[in-house]
Amino acid sequence: MIQKRLSIALAGNPNSGKTTIFNNITGTRQKVGNWPGVTVEKKEGNINKSGYDLKIIDLPGTYSLTPFSIEEIVARNFILDERPDVVIDIIDASNLERSLYLATQLREIDCKVLFALNMADVAQTRGIKIDDKKLSELLAVPVVFTIGNKNKGIETLLKAAIELAESDSVTPKKRKVKYSKDIEDSISKIERFIENHAADSIPYNIRWTAIKLLEDDQIVKERVLEKTGKIGEDILREIDNQRNFLVDRFDDDPEIVMTDERYGFIAGIIMEALTTSTQQRVDISRNVDLVLTNRFIGFPIFIFFIWAMFQLTFTLGAYPMDWISSGINLFSTLLAHVLPDNIFKDFLINGVIAGVGSVMIFLPNILILFFCIALFEDTGYMSRAAFLMDKIMHLIGLHGKSFIPMLMGFGCNVPAIMASRTLESEKDRILTILITPFMSCSARLPVYIILAGAFFGAKAGTVIFGIYLLGIILSIITGRLFRSTLLRGIDAPFVMELPPYRIPMIKSLLIHMWDRSKMFLKKMGGYILAGSVVVWTLTAFPHNISYTKNYDLEIEQVKTYFQTEIEAAQEFDNALLAQKRDIAIAELITEKKAEKAEKSFMGRIGKVVAPIFSPIGIDWRASVALLTGFVAKEIVVSTMGILYAADEREDSEALKNALLSSGMTPSAALAMMVFVLLYMPCVATLAAIRRETASLKWMIFSISYSTLLAWGMAFLVYQGGTMIGV
Amino acid sequence: MLLSEMKEKQTATVVRVGGIGALRRRILEMGILKGTEIQVEKYAPLKDPVELIVKGYHISLRVEEAAQITVENVK
Repeated sequence: MIQKRLSIALAGNPNSGKTTIFNNITGTRQKVGNWPGVTVEKKEGNINKSGYDLKIIDLPGTYSLTPFSIEEIVARNFILDERPDVVIDIIDASNLERSLYLATQLREIDCKVLFALNMADVAQTRGIKIDDKKLSELLAVPVVFTIGNKNKGIETLLKAAIELAESDSVTPKKRKVKYSKDIEDSISKIERFIENHAADSIPYNIRWTAIKLLEDDQIVKERVLEKTGKIGEDILREIDNQRNFLVDRFDDDPEIVMTDERYGFIAGIIMEALTTSTQQRVDISRNVDLVLTNRFIGFPIFIFFIWAMFQLTFTLGAYPMDWISSGINLFSTLLAHVLPDNIFKDFLINGVIAGVGSVMIFLPNILILFFCIALFEDTGYMSRAAFLMDKIMHLIGLHGKSFIPMLMGFGCNVPAIMASRTLESEKDRILTILITPFMSCSARLPVYIILAGAFFGAKAGTVIFGIYLLGIILSIITGRLFRSTLLRGIDAPFVMELPPYRIPMIKSLLIHMWDRSKMFLKKMGGYILAGSVVVWTLTAFPHNISYTKNYDLEIEQVKTYFQTEIEAAQEFDNALLAQKRDIAIAELITEKKAEKAEKSFMGRIGKVVAPIFSPIGIDWRASVALLTGFVAKEIVVSTMGILYAADEREDSEALKNALLSSGMTPSAALAMMVFVLLYMPCVATLAAIRRETASLKWMIFSISYSTLLAWGMAFLVYQGGTMIGV
Repeated sequence: MLLSEMKEKQTATVVRVGGIGALRRRILEMGILKGTEIQVEKYAPLKDPVELIVKGYHISLRVEEAAQITVENVK
């Protein structure tokens, strides 16, 4: 038997407990993705209930359906175009008045609505009593009480939803918001006009369309024009007449008057359905805020929390990171022993496993970070962090919440960019994503250590600090620049609710953490694998290089030479000779590697692009190192190790000496550090940018902007430095 | 008096919400309307934004946004 399918959409204000209810209904059977074309998270889940196949869709949390933010547009379009069988409006019972604003808008759209009065227990302890029967009667909507975090009332809610979906009740005309006489007159005039001229071509409820047109809703306007063609223009002319009349009458825009009147209508309902006991209770949340957003200790506490998150993510995360890394090494070594020496083996170990491994080792960081962020969000601290930081971030044209992703960037740009999800405005999100790579991540540090250590000696620390500072300054300048050009438009208003503090549910935290981490693994994995395979191919081919010397033969000769020496020498000299022999062999091997790298495609590319890098003082070897840094910035050091024919360990004096004797000047070294700080993000970061902006365009933009900026800054540093003779 | 001139813990009644376009409407939609009782809970440590209590919940606005709101009966 085929089960009947019903779709149920969950709508509601942010912080109304909507996600908790969604998690309770669907459990782990949820799919997380993005709404098409936008970066708003879309969650859905399928469950079976009393013989029905229910598809539950979690709409973005919104305060209204006025299409200002992308979330509101997504939520409204879903209800209008996908026509879910039932919309459940999740209402924070302790915040009824404001919640009813969205509810009245849902009632105006022609869809079957059901109210879930959530957090009924919280409301009760706050002395709020809601007469559900009265509310249900006044709005002609079924009402169910729920306590999301205790999983109470969910069964009843689903039953009520199924019942409503199956009932053929048309939403009654009455019991909707009634506006004042002048506005109602205008609405009915427009309604009549539409009915007479284009009734069939309007896809939505006519009264609703009339209301939206009167409110000057651009999206509905466009839709009407699109559907009705010529007549649409007449309709819009009629709208203009009515709007002018109302503006004249009220001395304000109709949409403002109507917002006011909706709240008037809500006030009436509140009077009848809600009683508040006057008894004052201790407001725990307010007391917590006396400490957490305190004038003096608010910032220190905030810094402590951020520090703790950083420590957990990167210090605690380092342990499992090590385990995974040794696991991968063990696996590689094992394969190296088992497989015969050939190109396939090299590909598998240095291409595939190294590539996939470089993603896998981030997993502990990502899990911990997302757990911390979920904790901040679910407790309500995130909005306090934004409250504290907004003044500072606003200077860059950003929202207070941008602070967290930018700070995380110092650890690793990948989770940092993913953390930008917490920003509500798409422009803020894109801007944050574009400037986060300038926060110098931990992978870039080894490069600075080598270069600064080799060329600046005792001043190395100051130089490295200066590099970090340069990143911050350029991010501020970039932020301001983009804010006033590319991503112009009204700053997202900082109208932000500070929800009461809540004890988070561990289940929600885990679901949150896992969903986001899973996405990281799935999407990033592909990109990084592809990137490392490309770099591997370029360094491994052509396979048959004609070397300038026969290294294998020379190694053999060295061996035989020392063998005879050892045999001839006294016993106590043997160890010394063996050591000499090993050094000689190692030198030959590094020399061979260097020549191989030089003659590989990568080396040839390096020589081709060298002219581009010569104005910034970087030779072909360093250019190749920068190119391979595309896979992961720490690779820059090991590539330099190979090409400058030195030991590749980052603390190695050999590489420093090799660099010093290679003709690189201090200003060239500084230019290279600046370039590493700024140039295009590594492949994992690019994958994150692509993913989070949902656009290839922004990814390419990020590559071009950062690389050009890097070149420009490095040019200034090198040429400037050379001029003053450094 | 403007909302942005109020001191912490003072209450007042909203007379007019000024400003333009989306921001103004957003403020209204959040329930800050003519006649609404409003209390200044606190200013952020850097004096901006400001936390308000309106219709029983807490909301924050930037000071420049609060400067668009005229209030009376400040207590």
